[in-house]
Amino acid sequence: MQEHDMSWVRTEMALAQPAPAGVTGLGAWVRKNLIASAGDTILTIAGIALVAMILPQIINWAFINAVWTGADRTVCATVAQGGIQPDGWTGACWAFVNAKFGQFMVGRYPIEERWRPILVAILFVALLVPMLIPKVPRKGLNAVLLFFALPIVAFVLLVGGMFGLPHVETSLWGGLLVTLSLSFVGIAVSLPLGIVLALGRRSKMPIIKTLCVVFIETVRGIPLITVLFFASVMLPLFLPEGVSFDKFLRALIGVSLFSAAYMAEVVRGGLQAIPKGQYEGADSLGLGYWQKMYFIVMPQALKLVIPGIVNTFIGMFKDTSLVIIISMFDLLGIVKQNFSDPNWATAQTARSGLIFAAFVFWLFCFGMSRYSMFTERRLDTGHKR
Amino acid sequence: MASQEVLREEPSRGSFINDPKVRGIFFQALVVVVLVAGVWWIAHNVIANLTRLHIASGFGFLKGRAGFDISESAIAYSSDSTYGRAILVGFLNTVIVAIVGIITATIIGFIVGIGRLSQNWLIRKICTVYVEVFRNIPPLLVIFFWYSGVLAVLPAPRDSINLPFGSFLNQRGFYFPRAVWGDGSWLIFVALLVGIAMAWFVARKARQRQMATGQQFPVFWTSAALIVGLPLLAYALSGFPLTFDYPKQSTFNLTGGFQVRPEFLSLYLALSCYTAAFIAEIVRAGIRGVSKGQTEAAGALGLRPGSILRLVVVPQAMRIVIPPLTSQYLNLTKNSSLAIAIGYPDLTATAGTVLNQTGQAVEGVVIMMVIYLAISLLTSLVMNWFNAKMALVER
Repeated sequence: MQEHDMSWVRTEMALAQPAPAGVTGLGAWVRKNLIASAGDTILTIAGIALVAMILPQIINWAFINAVWTGADRTVCATVAQGGIQPDGWTGACWAFVNAKFGQFMVGRYPIEERWRPILVAILFVALLVPMLIPKVPRKGLNAVLLFFALPIVAFVLLVGGMFGLPHVETSLWGGLLVTLSLSFVGIAVSLPLGIVLALGRRSKMPIIKTLCVVFIETVRGIPLITVLFFASVMLPLFLPEGVSFDKFLRALIGVSLFSAAYMAEVVRGGLQAIPKGQYEGADSLGLGYWQKMYFIVMPQALKLVIPGIVNTFIGMFKDTSLVIIISMFDLLGIVKQNFSDPNWATAQTARSGLIFAAFVFWLFCFGMSRYSMFTERRLDTGHKR
Repeated sequence: MASQEVLREEPSRGSFINDPKVRGIFFQALVVVVLVAGVWWIAHNVIANLTRLHIASGFGFLKGRAGFDISESAIAYSSDSTYGRAILVGFLNTVIVAIVGIITATIIGFIVGIGRLSQNWLIRKICTVYVEVFRNIPPLLVIFFWYSGVLAVLPAPRDSINLPFGSFLNQRGFYFPRAVWGDGSWLIFVALLVGIAMAWFVARKARQRQMATGQQFPVFWTSAALIVGLPLLAYALSGFPLTFDYPKQSTFNLTGGFQVRPEFLSLYLALSCYTAAFIAEIVRAGIRGVSKGQTEAAGALGLRPGSILRLVVVPQAMRIVIPPLTSQYLNLTKNSSLAIAIGYPDLTATAGTVLNQTGQAVEGVVIMMVIYLAISLLTSLVMNWFNAKMALVER
């Protein structure tokens, strides 16, 4: 047996040395990210110039020079325009948004009845928030309450005319109330309808398949405005004399059918991505068509296309603003309508109102897209191919 | 033998109700019956409603006198023209704004998309902010923002903002010098066409030669010289026939020049900005879809960064980019129908006016649908052809 001389082997680990000074710290970060090459430096300078040109103007306009409170247009107009601001002043007229805030939220809903939309909003948030947080238990009950009980309660509360609540015409609705109720119903209708259309398009029955293809491709080929036109001028012609639809309902039908066609294509993408073995495995277990779809295919397919589904939701949320074309007043519509209010008409009114509306839309859409990314990560089981 | 006979025997069925084939036929028959009944009921109601309103159906109304004016028109149009011509004017306006918007959106989209992948932190952040802002607000709001928030509060024509090249910007739009083509300017166009044809021919020959012998030819500079040089030569030869009609300030308005109205301007800017955000995301996904190994392999072959991008990355990224890009182009075209909200006379707006004046709701909506569907199909066809050309040719 040979003796090993182990004296040259280290008995303890060497201490890690700090990274070289050139690759850590702020200086290295700047070198790597801002001035890596001559071209990069030029780009950085151009970028800084751009930011320095735009950002102070925006901050000045939106915060420093902005008017936050006031009773009428004089606070937002320069002296030359008949107001109190010095000449050459530009700033956001948040006073306008402040004064019209109630209208922006619920439109011309009667003031003494406004507790009703507020109550619906509270119920909606109270049901939606636990639905969105994965850790809160009883998702099934929550979903039933949110998608079946809430619409009924909301309908009774908002429309009224029963249980002693005075009736409120939908033509008085407006603002965020219309935007949210259109999109909520649109989402709740278009997802199931889209799934059915997607299944129909992949069905082996030729007539059903043809019908679904024709519907989906036609709707996807025309603008939403045309669909809304269709809903507002042709639906009344389709019905017998004397029967008429509420305008709100017509817009609802138009928006739901439109997004259902887009949803169908998204879901079809998911269905196509499921390997054939899954279908065959379900068949070999003796599951029927609907069982196969419900237990095996859909859970996988829908999980795959969450980003697409949420994108369609976001698209629909943005598209609800088009109901202005058939003279309904959603958030954007009511903001635009208020530009012509002589009490508030100044050079800054339109800009301020639109930026407020943009901010509200942005909050909802950005929130939805971030939540979808979160869900995607949470449901990711690591089977990604 | 006997066992085989048993195997060949039809398996016993419980009831024909459970036969998928029978069920399929039954359900389809049911759908057809419901559909036919529905269509019949709707047609019955439509006919009843139309007779009650005394509206004759059919497309004869297109020959009637329109009687309304259209503010912007690419072809000759007056209120004495027919309804058919009014719709044609609207259609041309839609096509114009769609084409100009698509070109601009593509340029901005590619710049921003590449910017989001830049090594430069600041550029990356600026591009991200752009995309996140425009993706999350409705296009209609962007249009209103340009229209009532920016263009409507510009100075009156008296205090127009002077821009380079003799152009002006004011409440009533953007004015720039109009080119006036004198006698003999047809020669310039002929020269341009000849230049393009020759450049194409040179590029083809150079490619063939490179394939055969490996020798390169400066195609870019030759083509540039041909396309720019030949028309310039023709311009000089025909005695400088091109002059410009500059917009001039008078007391209340600008006269002369070419006016781009604020309706068109805001629609065009809004559609370009909005769609560019989506195109940027598509471009980013396309470039990231090309695996890093491709870039590294190209580098190992000794290509320079510019050549790597041009010869290796972009051709592969284009394959990923083109299909979703097509649907963005279609979206832009469809979104141009939002023009109606600010009064730009596009197809939806003019057809809507015709529909309101004549009461021909069914025909009006059908015309709109057919034209938009035709535009969609045509764009898809062109882009599919382009896609097939760019697609991977597998040997």
